[in-house]
Parts: sequence; C-alpha cells; structure tokens
Amino acid sequence: MPNRERLYRTEGIVLKRNDFGEADRLLVLITPEFGKLRVLAKGVRKLPSRKAGHVEPFMRTQFLLARGRDLDIVTQAEAIEVYPGLRSDLGRMGYAFYMAELVDALAEEGGESQALYALVAETLRRLSSGDQPVLLMRFFELHLLDCAGYRPELQRCVTCGVKHEPTAVYFSFSEGGVRCPRCGEGVPGLLRLSLNAFKVLRYLQGNDLGAISGLRLRPETDRELQIALQRYLVWIIERNLKTLGFLSRVHGGTPGT
Amino acid sequence: MSLTPGPVGRLIEELSRLPGIGPKTASRLTFYMLRAPEAQVIALADAIRGLRAGTVLCSTCFNIAEHDPCPVCADQERDRGLICVVEEPLDVLAIERTRRFRGVYHVLHGALSPVDGIGPDELKMRELVERVRSGGVREVLLATNPTMEGDATAMYLARQLAPTGIRVTRLAMGLPVGGDLEYADEVTLGEALEGRRDV
Repeated sequence: MPNRERLYRTEGIVLKRNDFGEADRLLVLITPEFGKLRVLAKGVRKLPSRKAGHVEPFMRTQFLLARGRDLDIVTQAEAIEVYPGLRSDLGRMGYAFYMAELVDALAEEGGESQALYALVAETLRRLSSGDQPVLLMRFFELHLLDCAGYRPELQRCVTCGVKHEPTAVYFSFSEGGVRCPRCGEGVPGLLRLSLNAFKVLRYLQGNDLGAISGLRLRPETDRELQIALQRYLVWIIERNLKTLGFLSRVHGGTPGT
Repeated sequence: MSLTPGPVGRLIEELSRLPGIGPKTASRLTFYMLRAPEAQVIALADAIRGLRAGTVLCSTCFNIAEHDPCPVCADQERDRGLICVVEEPLDVLAIERTRRFRGVYHVLHGALSPVDGIGPDELKMRELVERVRSGGVREVLLATNPTMEGDATAMYLARQLAPTGIRVTRLAMGLPVGGDLEYADEVTLGEALEGRRDV
C-alpha cells in the first residue's frame, strides 16, 4: 500500500457482497488505485444504517476506509452515481451481475486499475441509460480482456505473423488471438470466425464506447461474437460463469444474450 | 499433544462452526457449560435435538413450523386472498410484529443471486406461481428486501405472475423512523419523494 495513514479515501464500485457476522457485510470493490479490494461494512444490514443505501452492488461510491488488521473497514460511504436504470429492469440488472462476475474473476487485488475502473463505470452508465445492451456487453468483454492482459491479437496471424487479409479466420484461445486460414483451417480446437464477425471484433477493439452507438449487428453475427468471447473468457477464468444461466432465463432461451 | 480432554475439544469445535462464534467464544461457552447446573445443560441439549425433529416446512407457505399447516395458514380469520412473499422465515416474524397484516405468507428461502449461482429453481418460486394459479388470490405483495437481489427477485416474480392478471404489489420504500434526511441515500429519498402521500 502506498501510504500508511490510518484512514484513506477511494472511489469504488461494489461488485459483490456477502453477509458477514451479525449485521455486517463483506464487500468486493473495484477501485481505480487499489484494484480489487475487499472491505468490511459494519452494521449495514440494520435498518437505520447510514451506509446501507450507499453500498449496494453497482453503485459508484466514495469510500472512507480505515485500515484494519485483516480487512479494511468502511467508515463512511457516499454514493456518487447509482445507475437507476439497472434497478428497474431485470434484463439490464442481469447484465450488471454478469459484468460483476467477470470483473471479480479477472481483476487483481492491490494493483492500480484506472482503465478497468473507467471501463466498468462507463459500461454501467450506458447500460443504465439503455444503450444497446447486447453490443455493449461484447464491447465490455473485449476491453475487459485488454485490461486484464489478455487482449486478443487480431492484426496478425498468431502462428505465421502475416497481416490478416479480409477473410474468415480461426480463433485460437491458447495462443490468445486469431490464425489466418492457411494456418488455421482444419486444425482441431479452433473456433471459426466469419469475416463479418472478425471485422466487428476489430472495430470494437480499436474504438471507444462512443463508436458503438451507430453500429447495428445481424443476430447471427452477434451470436458468433458472443460465443467466441464468452468461450475465450471461460477458457481464461477456468470455470463456468454462474451468471450466464440467469441471463438466459431472463432473456428467454438464448444463453447469454 | 492437546491438553483439552476429548469431549471438551469436540464441543469447542462444534460451537465454533456457528455463525458469529470464534474459537475464543466457543471455549468460553464450553467451560461455562462444564460448571453450569446439569439441568440447564441438558435442557440446552434437548432443545438443540428437538430443533430439527420438531419442525417441518408448511406445505402451503413453506414457513418453518411445528405442524403442517403452520398456524398462519391454519387460521380461518386470515385473508387467503392476500399473499405476502418474503425471503426468509425471520421476515415473517418481522411482519407479524407490525400486527397490521392479516393475509397469509409465502417464504422463498432466499433471493435470486446470479453471482452465487442462486437461480429461480433454488427458491420456492414455482410453488408460488402454482399457488396463485390455483385460485382465490386477489393480490400478491412482494416483500423481498430492498437490495439488488431482492429487487431482482421481485421483478422476476412480477414477470412470472403477470399472465395470471392478479394484482402484484411491492412493499413501499421510504425513510426509517428516527432517521435523518441529511444521511438518507439518494435512492431511498427519491423513492420516498415519489411515494409521498397526503396528510
């Protein structure tokens, strides 16, 4: 930790929380300066708690924390942004849970994570205001991979190093990128990406969130991207994502859309 | 080599598994029981033994009770047309303490929590929908906690119940008695503004 003051201030977004002891809750936060942070919020399950309404999941909150022996303790909390659209719509809330699970799985404790934090905050903001949630999730998944150090290589073939032509390509999870047709065709264990899906992926990787608002995808292209990104994520995290089942129930049938 | 005799160590170990009890508290309780009057200790042991053997889940509302049906479901004075849906049996006690509710209950035994893998199948949701469908219900009051998980549960249930055409309500949100506006969070205060009423 950079400073040894007893109290310190940080902004954070609550990813997850579990009941702890009599009336306390253990919070998992994502913060800009300290990465993933586990802190204790005392007494927040009691009704007159002054902190309770500020430490619900997916709220951007200003925290004042006191260093504890094991866990740091929330002494003050004030919500900065509450993303009201997430609380009133089951579908969007489902996506927020999905984002929280991914960030919890991929974020590091203790490291600075400005870019990741900004990505989470901005994605929640757009999710809350109803900006094309499906495409938003694809953007989020791709850029989360960036922040976590798993940016997929989409410019050159990961096997022969030759710049990609506009053709269908083959996604290799273990090599962290795509192979050209010459290196990839017929190789078992690779995922074929159509030219369309490949183009969208490159576009999403090279642009910021503002660029997706004009984009419209065909359902089959979106489906392809969703499968590719989610399978890559599961491959990295090495376990199945619990929130995907919930998403499929909320959105009726198609897993994860 | 351990200095604590076997039975003492065993009780300490069992007690320290309980929520809120660490090894220190567990040993203090254990040594207290060693010195306490025998009748008291036996009464405690019987109470623990009777806890599981003497309780059942009510087959209508899934509350924990001594008999099936539970006292609320068996009470002829209760309004069966109004079902209050709560997360936990303790929530039933909380609502009963208000003495303002004359309907019946439905205990879900949890709330939707996708991050922990708790979905609709882990809760008594299907049972609620069936209960409502079987007729005689005018209103379903969703009294899940005002948390992200509680809200998700309420919205999910509202959606499941929509085809029945029965009135579905949600517990109001507002300021706690003895609270202070200055410290109210904006969601609660916003809801309190929206739900204001004439005096």
